Parts: sequence; C-alpha cells; structure tokens
Amino acid sequence: MSDRTDITLSINGHDHAISVEPRRTLVDAIREDCGQTGTHIGCEHGVCGACTVLVDGAPVRSCLMFAVQAQGKIIRTVESLANGEELNTLQRAFMEHHGLQCGFCTPGFLMLVTGVLERDPNISDEELVDVLSSNLCRCTGYQNIVKAVRAAAAEMRRR
Amino acid sequence: MSAPTKGSGMTWVGRSIRRVEDPALLRGRGRFTADFKAAHRVRFVRSPVAAGRIEKIVIPDGATVITASDLNGVKPIAPALHKFGYVQVEQPILANGVVRFVGEPVAAVVAASEAQAEDVADLVAVEIAETAAIADARTAFALGARPVHAAAPRNIAVEAKVETPGFAAAQQGAARQVAVEIRSRRQNAAPLEGRAGLAAYDAVSGRVTLTCATQMPHLMRTAIADLLGMPESDLRVVAPDVGGGFGQKMSLVAEYVVLVWLARKLQSSVAWTEDRRENLIAAFHGRDQYLRLQGSFDGVGKLVALSAEVTANVGAYSCYPTTCAVEPLMAMAEFPGPYDVRAYSCIARGVLTNTCPMAPYRGVSRPSITLALERLMDIAAAEFSLEPLEIRRRNLIEKFPYTSATGLKFDEGSYRQTLDMAVGALDVPAFRRRQREARGQGRYLGLGLATFSERTGYGTPAFAARGMGVTPGWETVELSMDPSGFVELRIGASPHGQGLRTTLAQIVADEIGVPPERIKVVHGDTDRTPYGWGTFASRSLVIGGGASLLAARKVRAKLQRIAGRLLEAAADDIVIEDGVARIAGTDRALAIEELARASYHQAHLFKGDIDPGISETATYDPAGTFSNACHAAIVEVDCETGRVGIERFIVAEDAGRLVNPMIVDGQIVGGVAQGIGNALLEEIIYDETGNILTATLADFLTPTSREMPPVEILHMETSSPETVTGSKGLGEGGAIGAPAAVLNAINDALSPFGVSINEIPATPQRIRAALRSVGERRP
Repeated sequence: MSDRTDITLSINGHDHAISVEPRRTLVDAIREDCGQTGTHIGCEHGVCGACTVLVDGAPVRSCLMFAVQAQGKIIRTVESLANGEELNTLQRAFMEHHGLQCGFCTPGFLMLVTGVLERDPNISDEELVDVLSSNLCRCTGYQNIVKAVRAAAAEMRRR
Repeated sequence: MSAPTKGSGMTWVGRSIRRVEDPALLRGRGRFTADFKAAHRVRFVRSPVAAGRIEKIVIPDGATVITASDLNGVKPIAPALHKFGYVQVEQPILANGVVRFVGEPVAAVVAASEAQAEDVADLVAVEIAETAAIADARTAFALGARPVHAAAPRNIAVEAKVETPGFAAAQQGAARQVAVEIRSRRQNAAPLEGRAGLAAYDAVSGRVTLTCATQMPHLMRTAIADLLGMPESDLRVVAPDVGGGFGQKMSLVAEYVVLVWLARKLQSSVAWTEDRRENLIAAFHGRDQYLRLQGSFDGVGKLVALSAEVTANVGAYSCYPTTCAVEPLMAMAEFPGPYDVRAYSCIARGVLTNTCPMAPYRGVSRPSITLALERLMDIAAAEFSLEPLEIRRRNLIEKFPYTSATGLKFDEGSYRQTLDMAVGALDVPAFRRRQREARGQGRYLGLGLATFSERTGYGTPAFAARGMGVTPGWETVELSMDPSGFVELRIGASPHGQGLRTTLAQIVADEIGVPPERIKVVHGDTDRTPYGWGTFASRSLVIGGGASLLAARKVRAKLQRIAGRLLEAAADDIVIEDGVARIAGTDRALAIEELARASYHQAHLFKGDIDPGISETATYDPAGTFSNACHAAIVEVDCETGRVGIERFIVAEDAGRLVNPMIVDGQIVGGVAQGIGNALLEEIIYDETGNILTATLADFLTPTSREMPPVEILHMETSSPETVTGSKGLGEGGAIGAPAAVLNAINDALSPFGVSINEIPATPQRIRAALRSVGERRP
C-alpha cells in the first residue's frame, strides 16, 4: 500500500502539493498532510458529519472521499470562514445563540450550513431541521444550533 | 466581537454573557489531542471474543508490537473500596493470558503512521481458546455461572444492603402494595471526540507529557505514575480542548498507561486516537440495570415504605477511581429520591460480566432510579385513580432541611413548586380533553411527568461514605493578579464544553472589580494548575466556583488593604467595583491596576504589613446540595409502527443561583437530548456469546435534530445555604428526568391497551411487541 500519488489539493485558496497513498482519505490528507486540523474526525463511517467540508461548494463527508478524488476541486474548510480576526455571520450566530459546547462537531455543522445556505438561501425553517439532522452533536441537543442557523440565514437574507 | 459590558452596580453573575471559549472553536483553532503530531502512532490489537485464554500471539517479523509480557512490573488497574463486600478485581494494562470482553486490548502496535500501524495490527495473530461468555447480569450471578474473575466466584463485585428500623412492619401495615420491574439498557456516552492520547518524552528533563482527552488530568497523573512506578513529578498531564466526556473520560484509560510506558521506552513521542468502533465497543459504557421496586402506600396514596433491588451490570473490570460500585451505591443512597418516606430497604449489587467495563455516565444511576420511582408513582396513581400530578403532590418533600431515610440532607429546594410550574405550563385538563378526542380518531397522545432531585457539588464527606480508596471532593484554585492588573485563575477542575472559563470569570469579576475579559481561567495542565479532581458529577461550578469565590474574597481584602494604605483610609471603608477602589461615599479612588502595580513595585510602602504581590489560594469542600426539577413530556405514539414523537418537553428546574443562564439552559437541553436518546433510541446490544452488535453510529443511534422537540425551560432560583455561591449543580439533571418523563408519557398514551412498558429504550420494536402481547385490543 505504499505506492504514492502526487496530487495538489486546493484548500481555502491555497495549493498544497502532497504525496499520498491512494487509500488516503480526504480528511486525513487535510489534517495530516496539509496541517488544517480544524476539520475533525468523529466516526469515519460517514454518519456523524464532524468531518464535513465543502468540495466544489457541496457539503461532503471528507472521511468518505479519497484525497486523490479531490484533486482539481475547490475545497473549503472551517478555517476559511472568518474574515481575518472577524467571525462571519454564521460563526457569530453560533456564539450568540450558544450553539456549541465542546466545539468538536462545530466545524462540521458550520460547513454543512455554509454549503446549504449558499445553495438555497431561502430554505425554510422546517427544511433546515432536516438538513441539520445530517450531523450529530452530543452536547447541545441541537436547539441552539437550530436557532443560530435560522438567525444567520435570516440575517444573510436581509443583506 | 466587542467585550461584554454591565451597568454600574450590577453583577456579572446572573448574566448570559457570551463564552470566551467560542471564537477559537468556531474558527477551527481549537486544539484537540488528535491535532498534535507525534513521531509514532499506536494501534491496539483487541480481543475479538468475549472470554477465553490467550494461547499464542504471533507478531509479524520486524514489527514493533508489545504485549503483556513486555509490561513486567507494571501494576494492574485495581481500584479499592473498603465497604459493601467489594471484591477487588485486577485489570492488566494489556490482557495477560485471559480476555474478558470483546475489545479488550491485547497488544499495542507501534509504527510511523496510523495506516502502517493498522496494517501491522491486521497481521498480528492472536490465538484464543474461547470459553463460554456471560453478557447478562442476572445470568452472571445465577448459581453455577462461570466466574469472570476467580476472585469473585459468584460474579458479585459489590453488594450493599440497607434497611431502616421497623421497615417490615411499615411495609406490612400499608394499605396497598404497588410493584414495578424496570430494565434500563446499556448506553455509550458517545462523545463526538473519542478517547485520544499522546505521550511525549523530553530528553532534557526525562519527563513525559501525556496530552489526552480526559476529564481528570491530575487523577490520570497519579494513577499512571503509580502503575508505572515512576515519580509523579516526572509526568505532566495536559487536557487540551476535549470533545465532550459525559463521564466516559473521567476514568483511567489502560491505553494511556501503555502510551506513557512506550514514550519512556522509546524516548520519543507516541500517539493513539481511538476510532469510533473502539469507542463503541471498548470505551466505558453506562446504565444496564435491572430494578425492582415495591412501594407500600396508605389508603390515600401516601408512600409509607419503599423497597428496592438494584442489579447493575458492571462489565468485566472495575474503573478507577470510582470503582464499579459507583452505580449500585449511588442507587442505594439516592432512593427514595424526592419523596418523603421513612421506611426504606434496598439491596444493590454490581455484577461482573464479559462485557465492556462500566464507568460513570451522566446521571449515574439516577436516570434509572428516577425511571423506576416515577413509573411506580404513575402505576400507583392509576390504582388510586389519581392524576399523576396529585400523587406526587402527596409525596414530595416540602420541609427543609430534610434528612432522607438514607441520611442525606436535602437543602432548600422547590420540589412541589417546580412540579406545579411544569404542570401549569401544560394545562392538564385541556390536554386530557385533547387526548380523549384524539383517541376517538385512533391517535394516542400521552402525558408524562418526572420529578427528581439531583445531588450535586458533593465534597469529601459524601464520597467518604462510599469507602473508596481514593476519596475525591474538594477543589483548590490559585488566583493571582499580575503587576499590570490582569488576573489568572488556575483551577483543578477540567471543563470540556461546560464554559467554566466564562462562568468562573464572572464569579471572580464581581468580587475584585475587574471585568471578565481581564480574567483568564487556566485549566487542564497539571504543571500549571493546583491538584484537583477534574470535571464530573455536576461539581465544577459549585466546588470550583466556590473555591474561586473564596480566593477572590481574599484578593479583594488585599486590594482593600493596599488601597486603604495608599488612600489613607481604613480597609473596611474601601469599596471595590468597576475597576476602581474607592473610599466609600467619596470620589477618592485608585484604579485596580495601580494597586496591582504598587503591590509588586512599591512593596516598601507596605513593608512589615502587607506582603508583596497579589496571589491567593483557596480550597472548598462542601457537603453537597440538591438541585431539583420536574420534566414533563407530551408524546404521540404511532400504534401501527411503534414510533414515538415528542410534541412538547418542559423542564421546570431549580439549581439555585444561576451564574450564566444561557450556559445553564445549554446544559439542560443537552442533558435532555441524552435522556431522550436513553428513552427511545440508544442501546448497546450484546448477543448471548458476548459479541457486541452495535459498533457504528448507524447502529447505536443518538438523537439528531429531527428527534429533538423544542425544550421549554422554566427556572426557579432557590439559593442553597449549603454552598458559598448559593449555586447548585445541574449538568446531569437533563439526562436524569427525561427518560422517566418520556416513558410515563408513552404508557399514558397506551393506557387504553392496558400495556405497561417498563424497559428503555422504548424502541418501535418494543412498543409493537407490547401491543402485540395484548392482541392490540382497545377497550
């Protein structure tokens, strides 16, 4: 399994030239080879969604995708959200509504929601609950995540 | 985000300021254990069978693999308890000749990468002569069952009994007997971050730093140093950001002992990050109890005697430091919950089986005993033709302080008031009308209540009653102000999502007159913090917060003395608030920073009177306090599919003085979610051979946003006279009340069928089975 492939991953606007085994998952490449540890690994079975990143704008479980499949695609992770030192609307809403406790699942939720709201800014409150059921959180009971996301969506629509 | 502000004369305590923890976590700048790099990765080879003798371990050529034979001189995990017939069983750090549960670590593979370590682990051949396994607690202590440990021939690790004088007479003299048998199945706390550790050897000092996902850094240091026979001062334990714990991360992890051993052996750094399968099969489990209750009532529904039998499956080993007695002993001490009954009898046992070891999980027995008591109350209510509300009113304690049948002292609470609040929010008569109408349309709605007490913030006196070899309880903090007036609070508690960096700063800020953003709370590093017990058992805000308040009062007194000298006034006349020390009733004042500067750099002004510098230590060790709450659920049961939907969920709770209501509500809702998981979804399943069938999060189902109802929260704030802050703990309450409220609601919904479901999780399969058992006949 030691045959390696040279690939370039575009993460948050930076190109990372790395050499990976074909079996290397995207999340391992992002974390280990590219040093972006904001994306977390919760289950490696594609269930919990902690590793969610955007690939060409779509939310993806990065534990279920191989790094070599992401060559040539635009990858965005939680580290891309803030503008310098300033949190973006969604991050601020999570803070304002106490949408995180331990913070381990948070990057996955932020990227899931970012992708969904870019695709469908007018998504209904009910549909949002369905979308958010894609990811697991063990601390918050989701109530404040739902509040934060609805508030952020409303604020983004106002702009 | 701008710094929080407060008006003059207001306090920081009681306000929902936003958390200082959040910005880094939201930016992906949190630092969890797996985010740190190590030279080597470790993969554990685990037993694929529940019981057997290891005959041979074949290691591939050239691989670095250690087994029990390499760990000569390393002591086994064998926590002590000196009461209740506790049998001390030993857990070798790696299985030594015998395996006792699926997932038990047998060997450790060391390689340059995780992938390589996994490749090698796949090639390690462990030959095991399998023996019959026992997964169920009742089977395990039946006569003739094979012992899991030779030291415990009947598989009973602990058996405790209590009976109040005159119990039998009280029971026999009662007008009506009501019995219930409860089964609370096995859960996994399932924090989103599993266990992880990184041990790094420092060649200069000879010390090892273990960075790990723990709730108890100092205890990990003590335990690992003891087992390895190394000086405790040569080990530093760091808990960086920790991705949830809920109890699962408070016990000693055998794998961490291996990591420290390896780091010293290789004089390098080694890391292990457990995968989800390992977490689900081999990290600690919780619940798994059988409970039998018999309530003896007088003619009007007043409980006069209660007898209980608790059988807790404790798994294959005993966890450090609490021991496997924690579940049965908690149950014995906490029955009869919030109900006033003087005659009480209990037998509580912990039974060893060939399953993953148990450890404390959010609520510790109280979700199960509350489930049993609250089912008993509802069943009794039906026999007396009373509303569930009314039978509780007749039995809840209402005079304080109240000393329970087991000798627990209940401080001021609001048991009846929170019940009335929850019920008031529901409008029971209107609900009953709606329920009747719905039944006419073939829809089954139910209302369930759960009233309970949550013993929190208990110090050494409470733990000492258990007779543990290690008696936790107190907390110490160090509070210092540097010459520039910035403040550092170093604590032994170890938060991992609870927001203590925010709330403790609020408590300190009110005392010493500086805003929270100038107060940095340092935790999770044994080199930087005073020895302490970590974060568990709803204790940190009460005990760590109490110690913080006491230290802050000392700093305040010193600031008053310094200001008094500089302003030529009596210290008692100095008021400290809003960043200044002022002579009361005047405008003569000095900034706190000026006092700090003077105490370090102008110490000659105070010579012989006030010591230089500002640094104080305080310890707090309270007896304990009881929070209380009433949970109320309205559910709809789909009788065709067995699916339960929760329409409303109300929490009326009283945790004394609330430091940060936003964080309080977050704890409550999070706890309720785990309680709903307990009630409806979450179940670790073993087959009869001890093989575990739930090894992914697609099998072990935790709630998602779809399963969660909106949780409506109502507060009372009965200040505790037992704590210096007036606060009571509340981290576990959500998980304690929810299972009982939901199960009572399900039974209320299904009451026309005459079924009684007393097992959780109440999965669709179980509900359908119950309905089938009565032929689905409706009256």
